[in-house]
Amino acid sequence: MSAMQVLFLIFAAIILGSAIKVVTTKKMIHAAFWLIATLFGVAALYVLLSAGFLAMVQIVVYVGAVAILFIFAVMLTRKDLRDSAAPLNDRWTMAALFSALTFAGFVALLKNWSGFGKTPSADVPADMIERLGAALVSPDAYILPFEVASVLLLAALIGAVYVASDAAKNK
Amino acid sequence: MATETLIWLLPLPPLLAFFIIVLFTNKNKKLSHIVGVSAAALSWAGAMVIFFRSLGVEHFGEHPFTDSVKWLPLGNSWLEIGVRIDPLSAAVLFFVGITIFMIFLYSVGYHNFGQPKGDHDKFGLPPHGATVEDENGHKHVVPSVEPMYSRFFAFIGLFAAGMYTLVISDNLLTLFVGWEIMGLCSYLLIGFWFAKKSARNAGIKAFITTRIGDVFMLLGLAFLYSTTGSLQYEVIFSEEMIHALASVDVGFLGLSAAGAIGVLLFIGAVGKSAQWPLHVWLPDAMEGPTPVSAMIHAATMVSAGVYMTIRIFPLLSAGWDGHTLTPAMSMVAFIGAFTALFAATIAIAQNDVKGVLAYSTISQLGYMMAAIGIGAYVAAVFHLVTHAFFKALLFLGSGSVIHGMEHGVLHTGNHDLDPQDMRNMGGLYKKMPVTFWTFLIGGFALSGFPLVTAGFWSKDEIFADAFAHGHLTVFITLALAAFLTAFYTMRQITMTFLGEARTPEAEHAHETPWTMTTPLVVLAFFAVTYGWLGIPEEFPGLGALSSNWFHHFVGHTLEHPLPTFEFSWIPLITSFTVSLGGLGIGYLTYRNYKAGAVDPMKKLLGPVYHFIENKYYFDEAYNYLFVKPAIWISEVFTNKMDQGVIDGILHSFGKAAFAIGTVIREKFDKPVINEFIGDGTAEVVQIFGRKLRKVQTGRIQEYMLSAVGVLLIIFVALYYLVLA
Amino acid sequence: MIPISWYLVLAAALFSIGLFGVLARKNAVAILLGIELMLNAVNINLVTFWRYNAPAEVTGQVFAIIVFAVAAAEVAVGLALIISIYRNRKTIVADDLDMMKW
Repeated sequence: MSAMQVLFLIFAAIILGSAIKVVTTKKMIHAAFWLIATLFGVAALYVLLSAGFLAMVQIVVYVGAVAILFIFAVMLTRKDLRDSAAPLNDRWTMAALFSALTFAGFVALLKNWSGFGKTPSADVPADMIERLGAALVSPDAYILPFEVASVLLLAALIGAVYVASDAAKNK
Repeated sequence: MATETLIWLLPLPPLLAFFIIVLFTNKNKKLSHIVGVSAAALSWAGAMVIFFRSLGVEHFGEHPFTDSVKWLPLGNSWLEIGVRIDPLSAAVLFFVGITIFMIFLYSVGYHNFGQPKGDHDKFGLPPHGATVEDENGHKHVVPSVEPMYSRFFAFIGLFAAGMYTLVISDNLLTLFVGWEIMGLCSYLLIGFWFAKKSARNAGIKAFITTRIGDVFMLLGLAFLYSTTGSLQYEVIFSEEMIHALASVDVGFLGLSAAGAIGVLLFIGAVGKSAQWPLHVWLPDAMEGPTPVSAMIHAATMVSAGVYMTIRIFPLLSAGWDGHTLTPAMSMVAFIGAFTALFAATIAIAQNDVKGVLAYSTISQLGYMMAAIGIGAYVAAVFHLVTHAFFKALLFLGSGSVIHGMEHGVLHTGNHDLDPQDMRNMGGLYKKMPVTFWTFLIGGFALSGFPLVTAGFWSKDEIFADAFAHGHLTVFITLALAAFLTAFYTMRQITMTFLGEARTPEAEHAHETPWTMTTPLVVLAFFAVTYGWLGIPEEFPGLGALSSNWFHHFVGHTLEHPLPTFEFSWIPLITSFTVSLGGLGIGYLTYRNYKAGAVDPMKKLLGPVYHFIENKYYFDEAYNYLFVKPAIWISEVFTNKMDQGVIDGILHSFGKAAFAIGTVIREKFDKPVINEFIGDGTAEVVQIFGRKLRKVQTGRIQEYMLSAVGVLLIIFVALYYLVLA
Repeated sequence: MIPISWYLVLAAALFSIGLFGVLARKNAVAILLGIELMLNAVNINLVTFWRYNAPAEVTGQVFAIIVFAVAAAEVAVGLALIISIYRNRKTIVADDLDMMKW
């Protein structure tokens, strides 16, 4: 068991434990915090996978923005359900069953795949981040998805602003 | 204009007049009679031109005016129709043209043209008179104009067209066409005043009786056509054809084929010329206006029957050796002679002025038929022509008398008085002189007044022929009939014109207008002079002056003209005796006839008179034997067969269809199709819908659950089917 | 050294937990939390495959970046919707939002 493997197991435990807490806590704000924990764990995993840039992006975007957004949302919707009721609804057994089956299905599927026991083959080139940047803006590469993604974000921005605006105040 | 073209055009003016009046000038009386009279005048002019041209042709009998067109293609040959003017039709054209023209002219006055409209004249009834006021405010009733004036001219126009067609045709087919047109017109005209039930019935009677004759005539035509293949005179009357037809024996009453055809065609003439036994329609036909009676019963229609019989003389006489009559000829002679005597006996007991003339016509036609029957071809034609003149004259004269009497009726206002009854007349010679003298001439001609009247010459010729050829029964019958003819004619003249007026209405009669008296004068002229054209050369004295133009002209129509015969005094003396004797006795018997007196004949004959007065009850007999059974059969057929059986069958079809429909509807359509299939599927869908919609709860997590579940199933299925 | 299978199983597990959250939580915001977990599992998968199969390429990371962007957009819009619904209906219990029911 190498050091990497131990680290991996620690991070995996963090991720999975936090995830389980996310879906089972009663108080919403706790769920949001547990999500932050999960996201941090995933970022650490990215570092393990030599995707440092992505780890940073994960923290900045997900933790810094998305999670905060969640906290805002929880705050704005707190009047009802003062986190006193049960967190899960009536069909949670069925849902648990389906989730378990899904997981089992995935694992069964993956187990029959030949490359299941692969180990990293090559090394990440040194100028990965440079290449990544160039690829994102190069017309031969991924400029188009990049631009479309930005348009999508613009649309989402406008849409979210409009939907969340107070219609009565704006009339 | 070429004669042949002119011949084709003869029927055209009256036919056009018919159409023009019907389509255009119906409302305008003056225009209608102008169209009608000018059409009659035009055709008369054309007929005269043709007649005079024919006089100029040498041996006209061998070179008649003919023309034909190919009309109907029949396999290898054509059916040709055409025109033919030979001596016979030329002579007939002469009198047809003038009499038709005179009758048209007469009709203008007869229907009171120029008089005011009647007070309460109904369309379809004879006019009743109009009240007029003069300057003093004095009202009196005058004759009113006939409401259906234009219609009358249209009908007689069509009638004239039919007659002309018949005369000019060169084949029996177009002759039959003209025949039938006249039959139709006689129905229309006899029933002219259609609102009178008696007129309607008379029209139907005329049409049906002549129809019976026409059926036999058609049979004759069919027989002729099937054996000879043609209906043209040139073909069927040729020597070879007549020989061929005469040699075939039909096996019935000893008739040859020619004789059988002749008899069948003759029966058509029996109907059309009102010979016994189909005579019953003619007296009833007096219901029509007087010009109609003149037209139908003197000038045209009945003459058509005689004309046709004369035409087919070659068929009737096929095989005649000049002495013994063929069976066909015997039949014709018998019917003719019998009818002549039979009708004359009835005429002496008639009281209606037109009724006497009707029976007189039947009788005279019998003379002509008898003449043909004994082979006196030319005599028959001669009598046909002279009879047309004096009979038309007599009818128009009687119309004038009736008009005068009606004037009297309007004056006194006594509408129950019959203006046509001779017992109500008398003394009219003072009031209506022109009518009297012309009527007298006509009556004398009818009686055969010696030497100066045309009737004498034509009748005498028949007597002479009968006697000379030894047909004594015919001779005696005809002589008796001649005696009776003179008797009833003088009776009629005496009762109508001579003596004193028997009723106030007769006192107030007066002469009729020029449109009515002019034709009388014209016809009287011919009634006197025409006879002189046929004085036989053998006649003592006068014969030397005469060339007997008529005999030579008409006689040459036949291929072998009949020879003239020896003169004998006996027929001549018989003629003189019966004619003068009848006239004298008639005058003596009736000159003192007073109003309300019993008819002297009644006293003489007693119960026989009653029998004669009712026309030997022939009408009643026919009614019982034929009319009532026909009506009974048609009623039974209508009610029992048609309504009961046939309608019953049809109704049962309807009921059956209805029953089948109901069964299908109730047992199959409604329960199975409607309820089970139709409503059923709807029900099923509804049930499913009601149950299935519960799935849509609106909760997205439940949707997601279902989605994931199905996805898992699909994955498992895919995995096991594809991957494994 | 670390076999790819470990990463993949981890991602699968994370995905399943997220799925459970989506299906079983009452609060609408919690459902969105579950969706976030699932998206993260997807990203782990992507990056893993990049690292283990074609680390010289840039494609894997680019894909992951685009997923980030999309996830962020989706969360923004989703939460805006939830806030709007909360204002209208005064509830964010998913089971009460059943206006589309039969």
